Amino acid sequence: MKEYNKLIFEISKEGRKAYSLPPCDVEEIELTSMIPDSFLIDEDVELPEVSEVDVIRHYTNLSNKNYGVDTGFYPLGSCTMKYNPKINEDMAALTGFANIHPYQPEETVQGALELMYNLDRMLAEITGMERVTLQPAAGAHGEMTGLMIIKAYHESRGDKKRNKIIVPDSAHGTNPASAAVVGFEIIEIESDKNGAVDLEKLKSVLSDEVAGLMLTNPSTLGLFEKNIKEIADLVHEAGGLLYYDGANANAIMGIARPGDMGFDVIHLNLHKTFSTPHGGGGPGSGPVGVRKDLVKFLPVPVLEKVGDKYVLDYDRPDSIGKVKSFYGHFGVAVKAYSYILSMGAEGLKKVSQKAVLNANYIMNKLKEHYYLPIDQICKHEFVLGGLKDNENHVSTLDVAKRLLDFGYHPPTVYFPLIVSEAIMIEPTETESVETLDGFIDTMIRIAQEAKENPEMLKTAPHNTPVRRIDEAKAARNLILKWDKNNQ
Amino acid sequence: MHRYIPNTEADERLMLDSIGAQSIEDLFTDIPKNLQLDRDLDLPQPMSELELSTHMKELSKKNKNIEDLVCFLGAGAYDHYIPSIVKHLAMRSEFYTAYTPYQPEISQGTLQAIFEYQTMICNLTGMEVSNASMYDGATACVEAAMMTIESTRRNSIVVSSTVHPEVRKVIKSYMRFRDVKVLEVDMAGGVTDLEKLKSLIDKDTAGVIIQNPNFFGIIEDLAEVEKITHENKSLLINYVDPISLGILKSPSEYGADIVVGEGQSLGNSLNFGGPYLGFMATTSKLMRKMPGRIVGQSNDVDGKRAFVLTLQAREQHIRRYKATSNICSNQGLNALMAAIYMTTLGKKGLREVAMQCVQKAHYAMDKITESGKFKPLFNKPFFKEFAITSSIEAEKINNELLNHNILGGYQLEKVYPELKNGLLLCVTEKRTKEQIDKLAQVLEVI
Repeated sequence: MKEYNKLIFEISKEGRKAYSLPPCDVEEIELTSMIPDSFLIDEDVELPEVSEVDVIRHYTNLSNKNYGVDTGFYPLGSCTMKYNPKINEDMAALTGFANIHPYQPEETVQGALELMYNLDRMLAEITGMERVTLQPAAGAHGEMTGLMIIKAYHESRGDKKRNKIIVPDSAHGTNPASAAVVGFEIIEIESDKNGAVDLEKLKSVLSDEVAGLMLTNPSTLGLFEKNIKEIADLVHEAGGLLYYDGANANAIMGIARPGDMGFDVIHLNLHKTFSTPHGGGGPGSGPVGVRKDLVKFLPVPVLEKVGDKYVLDYDRPDSIGKVKSFYGHFGVAVKAYSYILSMGAEGLKKVSQKAVLNANYIMNKLKEHYYLPIDQICKHEFVLGGLKDNENHVSTLDVAKRLLDFGYHPPTVYFPLIVSEAIMIEPTETESVETLDGFIDTMIRIAQEAKENPEMLKTAPHNTPVRRIDEAKAARNLILKWDKNNQ
Repeated sequence: MHRYIPNTEADERLMLDSIGAQSIEDLFTDIPKNLQLDRDLDLPQPMSELELSTHMKELSKKNKNIEDLVCFLGAGAYDHYIPSIVKHLAMRSEFYTAYTPYQPEISQGTLQAIFEYQTMICNLTGMEVSNASMYDGATACVEAAMMTIESTRRNSIVVSSTVHPEVRKVIKSYMRFRDVKVLEVDMAGGVTDLEKLKSLIDKDTAGVIIQNPNFFGIIEDLAEVEKITHENKSLLINYVDPISLGILKSPSEYGADIVVGEGQSLGNSLNFGGPYLGFMATTSKLMRKMPGRIVGQSNDVDGKRAFVLTLQAREQHIRRYKATSNICSNQGLNALMAAIYMTTLGKKGLREVAMQCVQKAHYAMDKITESGKFKPLFNKPFFKEFAITSSIEAEKINNELLNHNILGGYQLEKVYPELKNGLLLCVTEKRTKEQIDKLAQVLEVI
């Protein structure tokens, strides 16, 4: 393919067009007789003028510079880049789902409401919660919603001084950020040497000012918190609630449930665990589930079934209100629902078993060549601490960039923060042993290259559409849009 | 075996041997026995692709869609025509199965598309900087409000009651937990009451939020609002319909500091309310307070033009504990669809769509109010939506319209009790004269 390096504005040519509209069939009247001249623009908005073929070629060429799950292996830790089933896209695109207006009368959208109601119940069953709201748009949005619910719970009890949230140092960066935007102070606690919650440290920060603890389980190191029951008891005894960050739910479906572990509020990422595509950064969906006595705080509307009719219930005085327009990412919910129906209980359990098997398989084969800080059974992902015997000072970034040359999407790097030179690998269940072997061989080859030809890594990638980018320049000399006068 | 899980039992055996485990269960011994679920999840039996497809089609047919019905419903989600190529391109799996562009070398497609999206949003709004998009219009508006709080170090937000009710509800939920005061300005004759605005705004007011065209479709007097807002050293947030900017003056010409809006109209399906995208654009001055992702231009080591996420040394990275926004994603695919839509329509097409909306909406208003049975609720210049009133209950009207396969308007009484019998109708470029005439005719005999 010949190299394409044009912006859409650079191929624009006056007079070209890519659209067609029927002629206006009502009697046209002078615009200024409808809208005063002072409200109207003088010049048309500067948008490209291109033909339909131009648009198709432009974006097709751009797509060729991208890498998706359909392109190849994507072991991006914490992101669960599993295969996105195509039938789910077809289902979400059915006209009866894609072309319905959010304010249609309830009796004309019974299918949509039934789907949302069922998905709510299914996610509740999978996580051991009472009810689930589909309103939050993404994982971080789910966290924020869950924390609002926790705050509303304490306030409803007149317990107004609980303004602190405990977050382990291994947590996703959004955890403290979400707590901060809901007006909490954050207490960070250091993990123990195995990356788990340090019970003594936890005890030392618990008080009647603590609203709750946010926890990812399995943790961001891919390890199950063995003491979870004790942690839950400690937090509950101190009057706090336990929040479950569902980023790593792909490890435990059908095996263990956050509700049974003692979590009170949870979120799930439909775009991770439930196979909906990441879309190059969104749309995601971050449903939030709660235990029974917290249901009244869920955002409005809540789906209810009255007789054989599904209704949107807005009459909920204790609700935190709305966190988003309408009912969340319905289009994403359709895909997740299709996925659960395709998998069934047995399939979802298999998903978690195979995801864990795949992760342990890679970990076991790479630990000879890369530093493995905590050598024990992992769940769906594990974290390496850079190259072993690294005399040539090859960084994790260099390893990641070299992987690009071999056609792999690199793992998550430099996270979690508690492991230096971290390489976080999550293969997911949708990869075959052959794919895993190919990746393992490549990682070993790269470790070898690091010894023999470190420059090769330090200057990688070599055969990608662009090579390493000057990020400092991008931040220093800000160019955030195309400007025709500045080319 | 399941179609999405490739490894066979034989593969599994080999892999377990290589790990040194007897069985899969061995890999779960770290989960205490008493926490392991001792039963199967209570879910329906797995479906084959054919069964799923049949089931979902049946479920979808329980909905009436806007191809079954003629849609005159708007109120924040709009039935505009989406050119065929938008979906064809957005469904290229290199786009939709990719993650956030954290590895720029293999994400230039996503990054360049966002850079172009940012440019188009800037050109549309007249603002200097756009981010890569946000969850939806309402959340973008809340984030804008937080920017004004941060930037002015004041602690209250003034929002017009002519702003979309869902947007106001979302603002209230967010601000309740941040101890920010939210004051609502009453309306007068379908627009923001400027006298009330003057009386509410004070030294605590960080930002003033005005929607234009407002929830009733009416074009607000932004010049006056701007004066009142800036004289008080508050910041002006403008919530806009992007399609209207094909003919209406851009918010920057009125001196808006932050422009946000619901981007669904730009090539995104109605999807029963989501996923959509919120857009946000601002001035260079406020740029560093803007949440969300931004793509910048740079070059690679060979000097080739390249795009990369930039301004990242912000919230998520350095202020984990003092964050004012927790947003760390965008609506990538929806923003892509918006960009493809704007590209496809181009300079002339956006104007033409906006023009047809205005013409057809005004034709509809005239036709419906011709006999005097229905009256305009307000008498102000409007874009593609307008409110009517009559002696008949709005719900009754809508039910009757539905009997004729017409999706009627938004019943204003739901949120504005004083507007009893008020119905907000929307007419986009998709409506034909015949459909409008039919609507008027049915209304006439109710």
